[in-house]
Amino acid sequence: MASGNVLHVLYNDDDVLMKAVKEIRANKYRINEAYTPFPVHGLDKAMGLPHTRLAICSFIYGLIGLSVATLMMNFIMIEDWPRNIGGKPSFSYLQNMPAFVPIMFELTVFFAAHLMVITFYLRSKIWPFKKAENPDPRTTDDHFLLEVDTAGHDLDALSKFLYDTGASEISLIHNEEHA
Amino acid sequence: MYKFSSKLRLFAIICMVLGLIGLVFGFLSVPGTVEEANEILAAQEAHHGGGEAHHEEGAAHHEAGEAHHEETNFVDEVKGEPGYSEKAMANDKDMGHGAHEDGEHMEHVLHQMQTKPWSATFIAAFFFMMIALGTLVFYAIQNAAQAGWSPLLFRVMEGITAYLLPGSVIVLLIVIFAGEHFYPWMNHELVEEDKIIQGKSGYLNFPFWLIRGIIYVVGWNLYRYFAVKNSRDLDTAEDLKPYKNIFKYSIYFLAFFIVTESTMAWDWFMSMTPHWYSTLFAWYIFASIIVSAVTVIAIVTVSLKAIGQLEFVNDSHLHDLAKFMFGFSVFWTYLWFGQFMLIWYANIPEEVTYFILRIQEYNPMFFGMLILNFVLPILILMNSDFKRVSWFVVIAGIIILVGHYIDIFFLVMPSTVGPYGSFGITEFAALLFFLGLFIFTVGMGLSKVSLRPKNNPFLIESEHFHY
Repeated sequence: MASGNVLHVLYNDDDVLMKAVKEIRANKYRINEAYTPFPVHGLDKAMGLPHTRLAICSFIYGLIGLSVATLMMNFIMIEDWPRNIGGKPSFSYLQNMPAFVPIMFELTVFFAAHLMVITFYLRSKIWPFKKAENPDPRTTDDHFLLEVDTAGHDLDALSKFLYDTGASEISLIHNEEHA
Repeated sequence: MYKFSSKLRLFAIICMVLGLIGLVFGFLSVPGTVEEANEILAAQEAHHGGGEAHHEEGAAHHEAGEAHHEETNFVDEVKGEPGYSEKAMANDKDMGHGAHEDGEHMEHVLHQMQTKPWSATFIAAFFFMMIALGTLVFYAIQNAAQAGWSPLLFRVMEGITAYLLPGSVIVLLIVIFAGEHFYPWMNHELVEEDKIIQGKSGYLNFPFWLIRGIIYVVGWNLYRYFAVKNSRDLDTAEDLKPYKNIFKYSIYFLAFFIVTESTMAWDWFMSMTPHWYSTLFAWYIFASIIVSAVTVIAIVTVSLKAIGQLEFVNDSHLHDLAKFMFGFSVFWTYLWFGQFMLIWYANIPEEVTYFILRIQEYNPMFFGMLILNFVLPILILMNSDFKRVSWFVVIAGIIILVGHYIDIFFLVMPSTVGPYGSFGITEFAALLFFLGLFIFTVGMGLSKVSLRPKNNPFLIESEHFHY
């Protein structure tokens, strides 16, 4: 959460937004956050956000899923209760492996997908019934909102500059309680 | 404008000459008589020791009359009966086949040895032809889908497809002249005593097979000719008529291709073992075709960019090509495994022969190619940033191409020469010859027109393509 006052700058179009983000950052103003109705391609790069580490997590979760599937099938089908299915060798995991590949694949995907979503929720600090944080409900429809830090800048000059970048609406938000 | 450098041209010509010498040597050094074949086998036995098993297995796969070999060949290691196969073999001879079969068997071995140089040539010829064909399909898909990212790469693709005309004609000639070497159903004596092949003779007969082959080659090359012609017309055109033509032709071609690709796979590959069938087979070959093609597009793009051509292609284009390499590698594995697992699981004798031969005779490489075609590409190309690093893409590309050469090798070799397949001088020479021809033709094709197309309505989108 940013301290001090911020400007809520609304845009109508994602291309205009992208251009504006680049100009605002080039002019050394600080953007706290962007709210968009859909993921805008390349916005993270333009905002200068660090690369997501979710992919690394996903890879590790996938490996965990693969190991769980292997150990599980080895225990169930080989060690604990070997069964003769279609005359396949039932005392060796390796020789029975082709039959287990679909399960290994499914659990890899299952672990990677579910744990990745849970990680994303934890990291973004969201949970069921959490009150929405977006400052303007229109950002869930067709508007794009940038939260620009006023910190010490001349408000008039800043607003004029922002209108020049194509903003459709600007409002000043007092954040005294957070300061 | 790309200029085909004289050094590269010389390299290609040297490859072709050396390859041709090797091929001539390969065709001349096959045994002509049963005695010579016996000598070769004796020499091999001295080398390996365990030649006895080879003798028996050689005959196993083609002929229905010898079906009992196939069943007794199976060694059940898990049952802990290592001598199972030998015992069964001994039984088999007791039943009175032994002596009379030896002579017949040796003729069969001789036939397989004589087939080997044909197989070597066909593998290399088809490998490079399928790269050009797959590139043409990828090109048609881009046009039919009106893709916005790829028009800047169209000239590269058109250049690679220049190899389609010589390549497909050579492949057609090879399958025609190999004839009985590859396709047992062409042997009338064999068909006379074979009910199963007789039942298929409505489709598998020489005239119809020949007509089909000609239709494939003519159809593919017609599309290539008209698409490239219209693409060049578009450079100077004042309206979008050539563009609309390409769009229309591409759709017709893709419909034509998906049918002819299936029948091509049956005609030229699956009918090498006319008793065996797999419904997935055509798709599986298509996966090999398309992944090799996209890989070559990426490698050619990187090479041209490295020598200062194609400065308008950015790393996002490369990223997209690498994504296709990654995706189609997984797709290939999916189909390979889909075919393997069902046949392995069901274990029906007439189906499982295909894999028994490959697993028993070619085990390390047959499963080893899964590492080249699946594990390495997936690990190398998984990271998003690596897909933009050109030398990474080239390394992954070379691995994929080697892997898919091995894939085609195992489609053809075991089916045609049984256990006697190997990678020797003839195979290397064939690879060298067609590599030279491929480099030569593609180099000439690329140097014909400017590498930057004009007037394509999606060109500007392609130039600004970023990810």
